[in-house]
Amino acid sequence: MNASESIGWWGVVLGIFAGALRGGTPFLLVSLGECLTEKSGKINLGLEGTLLMGAMSAYAVSYHSGNPWLGVIAAFGTGAGLGAIHALLVSRPKVNDVAAGIAMLIFGSGLAFYLGKSYIRPSAPQLPALSLGGWSELPQLQAALKLSPLFVLGAGLAFLLSWAFNCTRWGLRVRAVGDAPVAALALGMSVKKVRFVAIVLGSAIAGLGGAHLSLFYPGAWTEAISSGQGLMAVALVIFARWRPVHCLYASMIFGGTQAIAPALQAIGITSGYYLWNAAPYVLTLVVMVITCSPKRTLAGSPGALGTSS
Amino acid sequence: MSTPALPPTSRRWRPALEAVALPVGAVLVALLLFGVFCAVQGANPLSVFKAIQRASFGSWYSFQNTLIRAAPLILTALCTALPARLGLIVIGNEGALVVGGLAATAAGLAAASAPPVVALTIMVLAGMAGGGAWIGLVGLLHYQRGVNETISGLLLNYVAIAVLSHLVNGPMRDPASLNKPSSYSFAETHQLGGIASSNVHYGLVFGVVFAVFAWVLMEHTTFGFKARMIGGNIRAARMAGLPVARLGITTCLLGGAAAGLAGMVEVAAIHGRANESLAAGYGYAGILVAFVARFRGLPIILVAVLLGGILASGGILQRQFKLPDATILVFQGIVFLCILFSDSLYGRFACFKEKTA
Amino acid sequence: MKHTRSLLLFATALSTAVAAFAAEMSVGFIYVGPKDDYGYNQSQSEGCAGIQKLPWLKATEEASVPETTAAQETMRNMIELEGASLIFPTSFGYFDPHILKVAKQYPKVQFLHCGGLYDATKHPANVGSYFGYIDEAVYVAGIVAGHTTKSGKLGFIAAKPIPQVLRNINAYLLGARSVNPAATVQVVFTGDWSVPVKEAESATSLINQGVDVLTCHVDSPKVIIETAERRGVYVTGYHVNGAKLAPKGYLTGAEWNWTKVYTDYAEAVKAGKTLAAGTIPHLVRGGLKEGFVSISPYGPAVSAAAKKDAEAAKAGLIEGSLVIFKGPLKDNTGKEILPAGKAYLQQDLALESMGWLVDGVIGGTKG
Repeated sequence: MNASESIGWWGVVLGIFAGALRGGTPFLLVSLGECLTEKSGKINLGLEGTLLMGAMSAYAVSYHSGNPWLGVIAAFGTGAGLGAIHALLVSRPKVNDVAAGIAMLIFGSGLAFYLGKSYIRPSAPQLPALSLGGWSELPQLQAALKLSPLFVLGAGLAFLLSWAFNCTRWGLRVRAVGDAPVAALALGMSVKKVRFVAIVLGSAIAGLGGAHLSLFYPGAWTEAISSGQGLMAVALVIFARWRPVHCLYASMIFGGTQAIAPALQAIGITSGYYLWNAAPYVLTLVVMVITCSPKRTLAGSPGALGTSS
Repeated sequence: MSTPALPPTSRRWRPALEAVALPVGAVLVALLLFGVFCAVQGANPLSVFKAIQRASFGSWYSFQNTLIRAAPLILTALCTALPARLGLIVIGNEGALVVGGLAATAAGLAAASAPPVVALTIMVLAGMAGGGAWIGLVGLLHYQRGVNETISGLLLNYVAIAVLSHLVNGPMRDPASLNKPSSYSFAETHQLGGIASSNVHYGLVFGVVFAVFAWVLMEHTTFGFKARMIGGNIRAARMAGLPVARLGITTCLLGGAAAGLAGMVEVAAIHGRANESLAAGYGYAGILVAFVARFRGLPIILVAVLLGGILASGGILQRQFKLPDATILVFQGIVFLCILFSDSLYGRFACFKEKTA
Repeated sequence: MKHTRSLLLFATALSTAVAAFAAEMSVGFIYVGPKDDYGYNQSQSEGCAGIQKLPWLKATEEASVPETTAAQETMRNMIELEGASLIFPTSFGYFDPHILKVAKQYPKVQFLHCGGLYDATKHPANVGSYFGYIDEAVYVAGIVAGHTTKSGKLGFIAAKPIPQVLRNINAYLLGARSVNPAATVQVVFTGDWSVPVKEAESATSLINQGVDVLTCHVDSPKVIIETAERRGVYVTGYHVNGAKLAPKGYLTGAEWNWTKVYTDYAEAVKAGKTLAAGTIPHLVRGGLKEGFVSISPYGPAVSAAAKKDAEAAKAGLIEGSLVIFKGPLKDNTGKEILPAGKAYLQQDLALESMGWLVDGVIGGTKG
């Protein structure tokens, strides 16, 4: 094996690291959206559909306009649109958010597949990468450090959200509505309005994750493009215990595990790759079992989550 | 403790009418919306509706397709519906189905030399035990460790599917299953056949029996009464001395057993062995069926047949109208969104209100 | 615009529905995924579009049909509602139990399955199997890859270690080694037929390990071809021509030509031939010679020497003087597959249950 051309075991490390950056970005954006939504006390299982609609609309708009940034805006917009349907539905009495989310998942993915048929074959202009690897001579490292602009946006958003939850009136309102809606109502807040904003904005952010999928990495629109990542992000929020900055770390871990099996096989280690697929879920479950106790719910969990209030 | 006072059921025909009229109205609205969607896409809505009707309920032949589609949905819906009566939102149906199917396969292969009736009985029990244990674990984690049951069920779905892939591509693989890795298959005599000479298999019977059992259990026994009490007010139930955890875990076991049975039917009546086609999405569809049927056993059968009919008509839209394959997903989405929305309209219409004396 | 197009579609749908009464024959096609996947299902759908042109025939298609009772339902519907007398369920997983079950119910209908084997002692008489020796086209692509690589490392991204896939991997290596004895093929299995993110991740890993020509066997090669182009390495395609996706790096590719196969079958059935009577053979196979498979036009990066060797191999495969799997041949664990002087001819059924990777392939055959 020639060292100047291949980097052996370092390739595995680099692969997982780079895979975390590339593959983790949709997880990051969807989980930030879900985190915001759940902080307001509602869950949105339909973000898988949002991710697909975001990917499809971003690709289609980029293809027609020739400008990928317009595609990103379109993904944000369609995400907000789907979020609005979900928000209207769950604001009604007796409508369960889990059920509404699954209905939205079916509707959103159906619509994305339906409208996206004619965009599978053409190639759309892609988002430019931010190259941070110019200092290195290794082409592998240069490629690994080509960052998605949406990753940078997502990372910034994680810190922004974290700050907003802790230090702004708006953030405190979302948390109050999510933790104790009855009390928030008594304080004169509009629970409905706050939740509406949180769900719509959350879904719009998730739509950006779709734009990353179709306009950056893997950079194509196909019906299998999300393969369940939107649903996984729901688990990821728990793993991150509803802290936006932890969502950043957790999505890197989830993204990195996707890269483990291919990276190991690329240097000739070949078995058990199906079980690797389950690693993030087992990990999340273990974390939940360890950190929960019958006397207190998961630390950081919004109080109204999973209740009908 | 006191039983909540209910007016005599015979007099409450208006709410009963409401319970029928609202979902039916929702389906009509959904049809209208879907019709507009079709018209925009250039297909004549009326002929589309006619085709859907023809392919789902139009003849005994098409109704069989609807029933075949409905069978696994009834069973997976019960997996959500039973624990929901105690206030638990379980969505681990897909995982329970897969584990049930795997357990039934393992048992069926082990009992290959037993007489068919014995082997099939063992498979039914193994499937139910596998699925039951899977959702039982969800219940156990909820009551013992306070782990959110919705999320743990979702996570376990992925774990189950990964285990299935690992087993059928590796340790359980029949080397003769060349291009579609599968387990060894059961002898034809050890598979569940069709009902009489129809295309419908015994999974439908299992589903209906289990749904009726669930209905009787939840609506007409003290077990069900206690469960509903926990669902209504868990604190009051605890104070009344009900064994909340035991009842909850038992119900989870039962719900999981229903989904596990669906997995057993998939392997014993359809595939004749286990492979990755076991995870066909019946679990997720079942969750919606449960919610739309408001978790009651008998309505579940009706809703599953309705959804079965929708799914069975997907093909004709492609073949005769050249509509894309995703059309049926859009239709399904619209129907469920409308029905869920209609749930919030209960008590909103004066004509359904009981005139109070 | 979409609106008018759909209206047109509807109008044509109506007119074909009317024409169906006059047409003599109804044929059904079933695909496991969407029709526009730039891959396997698209190649099948192009085959269907090819025979639509026959004036006496009406073809109906149904896409995204899973390998469950849905497949049985579709086959029955095509027979009961559309009067199909010939059905092509194109996914391997449709065969057992779905085709077997429905074929028994409708003995007058011809069921032709893509990729399986036929066993007269076990399977109904009205079932047949067809497939193409695509490994011949993959072998030729391997020659071009072996010529073009600088690092000597080729990458192969595959879904699962099943016989059809292993045969292609081996043919790719043997093609490459025939012109570049030091070439190796590094395999990554993604575990499933359509997982774009993992496919892109696999492509990236392989490129990072020094691989400079990629190919694949997954449902849709689109993501892999585009990833290769973006990273500036070469790629050979699979299923359909992917040159548009990688104008610089696309060398050539192995393509299906199902129109030829389906036209042959349709004409045979029209002439009153049946599988049960033995007038249509139960097992039909064909390669470059029969026109079942072909190779994509060479891309700009292919050298004259590579073209010459590839064309020579193509000619050899067509006239039968070149055999892909011949001894001495060892697998990559050191076990002997074929001694010197022995060979597996293309028709040999041992090749259709292949469970080994030849020496020079880096990768395992277990899941």
